[in-house]
Amino acid sequence: MKLVVVAGTPGSGKTSVLMHTIRSLKQGGTSPAVVKIDCLWTDDGKRFERLDIPVRIGLSRDMCPDHFAIYNTDEMLQWAREQDAGVLINETAGLCLRCAPYPDGCLAVCVIDVTTGPNTPLKVGPLLTTADVVVATKGDIVSQAEREVFRERVNEANPGCRIIEANGLSGQGASELAEVICETPDVGQELTLRHNAPLAICTLCTGETRVAKEHHMGVLRHIDGFTEYRGE
Amino acid sequence: MQDIHELTIICGIDKSGAKEDVEKIRICPGEIIGIVGPTGSGKSSLICDIEQLSQGDTPTRRKILINGKAPGRDIRTDPRKKRIAQLSQNMHFLADMTVEAFLRMHAKSRDRNSNTVERVISIANTLTGESIQPGHQLTILSGGQSRALMAADIAVISDSPIVLIDEIENAGIKKQEALKLLAAEGKIVLVVTHDPVLALMTKRRIVMRKGGIRQVITTSTGEMNVCTELVRLDNYMMSLRNTIRQGGLVEQAVVV
Repeated sequence: MKLVVVAGTPGSGKTSVLMHTIRSLKQGGTSPAVVKIDCLWTDDGKRFERLDIPVRIGLSRDMCPDHFAIYNTDEMLQWAREQDAGVLINETAGLCLRCAPYPDGCLAVCVIDVTTGPNTPLKVGPLLTTADVVVATKGDIVSQAEREVFRERVNEANPGCRIIEANGLSGQGASELAEVICETPDVGQELTLRHNAPLAICTLCTGETRVAKEHHMGVLRHIDGFTEYRGE
Repeated sequence: MQDIHELTIICGIDKSGAKEDVEKIRICPGEIIGIVGPTGSGKSSLICDIEQLSQGDTPTRRKILINGKAPGRDIRTDPRKKRIAQLSQNMHFLADMTVEAFLRMHAKSRDRNSNTVERVISIANTLTGESIQPGHQLTILSGGQSRALMAADIAVISDSPIVLIDEIENAGIKKQEALKLLAAEGKIVLVVTHDPVLALMTKRRIVMRKGGIRQVITTSTGEMNVCTELVRLDNYMMSLRNTIRQGGLVEQAVVV
């Protein structure tokens, strides 16, 4: 099974782009499952359910949403396998620009809104710089020149990435993203994050990059809502 | 880089999902093609299909071929290889940069020398009223100034064999001059317009309705004569506009 992790600033069009991409994947014979992570509230589950695919919602509440997504990766993968999915798409809440929720072995997709201006790619940090694919949305609102300048800035921030210009309304770019997903190899066993999370007070914050549950301490929330404390 | 000797539009479907009334349109270098139709009829979508070199992957399902073949992915996406320039209906820049920094960056993205920047600004200033300075923030430019800068940028930095123009008449800039600037000899030019002068200046025009291409009309000799008359009227209107803009009086004007 493949793992796709989609991150990006709120309102950048992650869900809209994914809706079209999932349709395209299904047409190509791939069966996707989606886990949507958000902080406090989301009704994106209903949107995804309309596509007739397995959908699961995870609300991180007072836990860091990226830590929540990373901590629950194994559980999400297992759930997706139980759904006989060919690809698990994890849409993260992606609020913290300091860290990036991408494990190695996944397809890391950063969705970024062109209308936020050409300086944004420099501000977004590892969310963008460690992504495999950068999806630039809302390009129809700006001039061609501005789209091209934005693209140049993304190239400067992440020279190796593939840039897809997408439109969440018309579906432009979705078939290209689906194509890249299909070319992604299956996810491995021992996942490690591509980039360490910020220095603060949780296990990830102190530099832990191993994904498996036993490596995490502190107040931890499971995807089903169960919260526990692990540690001394 | 190979020369472009033909642009082909393989038609798709309209908003209701029905096949378009035209199957295929071939356009050669040196041709100016108009795109006309009511608002909401799909004119801008057609331009966007061409800009993206769509391969049946947009809602219209159209395919755009260059020299009879589907272009490769890098030609579709990499601005360094892209051979298409587009002036869209957007009237404003959202980038928080100075005019000069933006144009430098754009020149870089298109592999152009950065000394093109001065030329872009001076050309833009021939199209607009109040002049644009290199140190201006893009976001404070007026709609007309932005449009003039976008047009000049296309003529110099994005200089491409295929040019797409969406409603150039809407920005209060000199539309005939702007069209002359963009539609240099030997280019393939498509112009979306509601303006009869611009529509009749084209060789053929694509008629759109309900998201689909309905027919292609070749401009007749009779229409060309109407166009000549319209250009005269239009120039008269422009001169009146200019006088009024400058605070002058037009009481002495003669009706033509």
